[in-house]
Amino acid sequence: MADNNVLLRVDNLVKHFPIMRGLLQKQVGAVRAVDGVSFELKRGETLGLVGESGCGKSTTGRAVLQLYRPTSGNVHFDGTDLTVIKGEELRAMRRKMQMIFQDPYASLNPRMTVGEIIREPLIVHKVATEAEADERVRQLLELVKLNPSFSTRYPHEFSGGQRQRIGIARALALQPSFIVCDEPISALDVSIQAQVVNLLEELQNEFNLTYLFIAHDLSVVRHISDRVAVMYLGVIVELSTRDELYEHPLHPYSQALLSAVPIPDPVIEKTRQRIILTGDVPSPANPPSGCRFRTRCPIAEAKCAESRPEFREIKPGHFVACFFADRYL
Amino acid sequence: MPDLLLDVKGLETTFKTPDGIVHAVNGVSFGLKEGETLGVVGESGCGKSVTMLSVLGLIPSPPGKVKEGTAHFFGRDLLKMTSAEIRQIRGAQIGMVFQDPMTSLNPVLTIGRQLEEPLVVHLGMTRAQARNRAAELLAMVGIPNAKDRLSDYPHQFSGGMRQRVMISMALACSPQLLIADEPTTALDVTIQAQITDLVKRLRSELGMAIIWITHDLGVVAGFAQRVIVMYGGFIIEDSIVNELYVNPTHPYTIGLLGSLPRVDASGHETLTSIEGSPPLLYEKPTHCPFAPRCKWAMERCWKENPPLETVAPDHRVACWVDVKTGRAR
Repeated sequence: MADNNVLLRVDNLVKHFPIMRGLLQKQVGAVRAVDGVSFELKRGETLGLVGESGCGKSTTGRAVLQLYRPTSGNVHFDGTDLTVIKGEELRAMRRKMQMIFQDPYASLNPRMTVGEIIREPLIVHKVATEAEADERVRQLLELVKLNPSFSTRYPHEFSGGQRQRIGIARALALQPSFIVCDEPISALDVSIQAQVVNLLEELQNEFNLTYLFIAHDLSVVRHISDRVAVMYLGVIVELSTRDELYEHPLHPYSQALLSAVPIPDPVIEKTRQRIILTGDVPSPANPPSGCRFRTRCPIAEAKCAESRPEFREIKPGHFVACFFADRYL
Repeated sequence: MPDLLLDVKGLETTFKTPDGIVHAVNGVSFGLKEGETLGVVGESGCGKSVTMLSVLGLIPSPPGKVKEGTAHFFGRDLLKMTSAEIRQIRGAQIGMVFQDPMTSLNPVLTIGRQLEEPLVVHLGMTRAQARNRAAELLAMVGIPNAKDRLSDYPHQFSGGMRQRVMISMALACSPQLLIADEPTTALDVTIQAQITDLVKRLRSELGMAIIWITHDLGVVAGFAQRVIVMYGGFIIEDSIVNELYVNPTHPYTIGLLGSLPRVDASGHETLTSIEGSPPLLYEKPTHCPFAPRCKWAMERCWKENPPLETVAPDHRVACWVDVKTGRAR
């Protein structure tokens, strides 16, 4: 690969889920959950992936990790194209990439002790003996600021924030270089969210981790990310460095999305101009022609229905898929 | 006090659970003026929803029990009413909107049927009159083709549209008070902006008082005139909105605001998390409920529960410590 600093390169990733109908289960259509997504991640970097429910952000994360096999497109991880390898080769790569899930209640097996949950990856991948694994579990629990004596307890004995720490310890067990964080704090209370965000940042600094941070909460994403990609209906509409995107959004959807986020300051709130979008997100099984956003876009013109706007670099490092983005430069 | 629309005093509610009695609300008092918008903020389990359900006589008993307190609405105590009497008030003088519009709507009845019901029951309209009024109500909350959509079922509406239907239903009998319990929590931010925008418009048109329960300090900032912060079944801070965000005084409120990343903040400073987790409330706290997580806690905080005291005009706080000096108030 040209740039050795790039850990992950996603090229034109597509994931369609077939819609089957009838006795013979004939395919009658497809949910175009991810429809041509490209981005790069440098080592030690955090890319935030934001969008509303159903925009395909979680599917993107899973397709990157090959938890869903992509319909087409390539995922280069550390120089290897994950979409062409399988079996033992893919398993070996999986050690380097892990996932933290949204729901800390559903993602931990209730019948396993915390120790068993955290050591399972070590045993499955045969990287540690039983004795080594015990020691490693202790270390990992300390790392996520839980008492090592908790390893004999069961998940139901812990609060949501503590469970999310257990999930993080499990993800770190194999010393991965890349972690997909899929809404890791959405299910937690506000005061607990900050604890988990701070922990993720500390771990990143300590182990030079690379994060794909998927969330719908734009405030959290701004806090944790180096660069941010905004998704709408299966495509990335804008991608830029964090402050550039939040301060100079160029895509009408990013602008509306950012203006909709409430700010905990009554003085600012009273004078803010909100862009209120009309209607709802169309179905990904039948997306609009041309630009996906045109049905709700305040500046759409006839051209937008005819062809899909190119995802272009409008200024260095700032990509946008809109014909009229230059107006906001 | 005759100028108060709703006057709640010393409310206590408990729940019997297999693990013991949970003291969900532990002596809550607040008043609401006509036309005022009150935000009630707190994390899950702080008692914010149970407080309002108690006032409305909607606590299932058993296991729940409203043990103490009064709640005067137009001079009559809601807590002393029979279920038939309070039913006359709910839906007619007090409208309600809940978090999940899908579970609050009956899936096998058309939206029209459900909208007409309160009009027939509370206002004594004929079916035909109710039908016309229902169409007006749907149009009022911004649902296109309102007349045609009356014959649709809840599943034919999107989440945001369903919440609009709920709001139109809550406002059907022109109530003096609207109680909204996390009405936008299940919705995406652009839809949340649509709904808060709608409620603001309806408030200025209809002039009803609003109690808006939320865990998100941002949502109520641009919306409420006064905000109550709850913790462990107590009100720990009660203030007019501008004062609360500029001059938060209870350590919990300070912590909550500090742990919120802001979409308009470019700085990458560490979030000030609140360590520990909220209390389980199996015992009614005899000390300050926040003391175990409070970095300013003194000896007195572990002995006595501080009462709400006025610290500035329209600003009351329940804390023994003056956080600015770190000494007793």
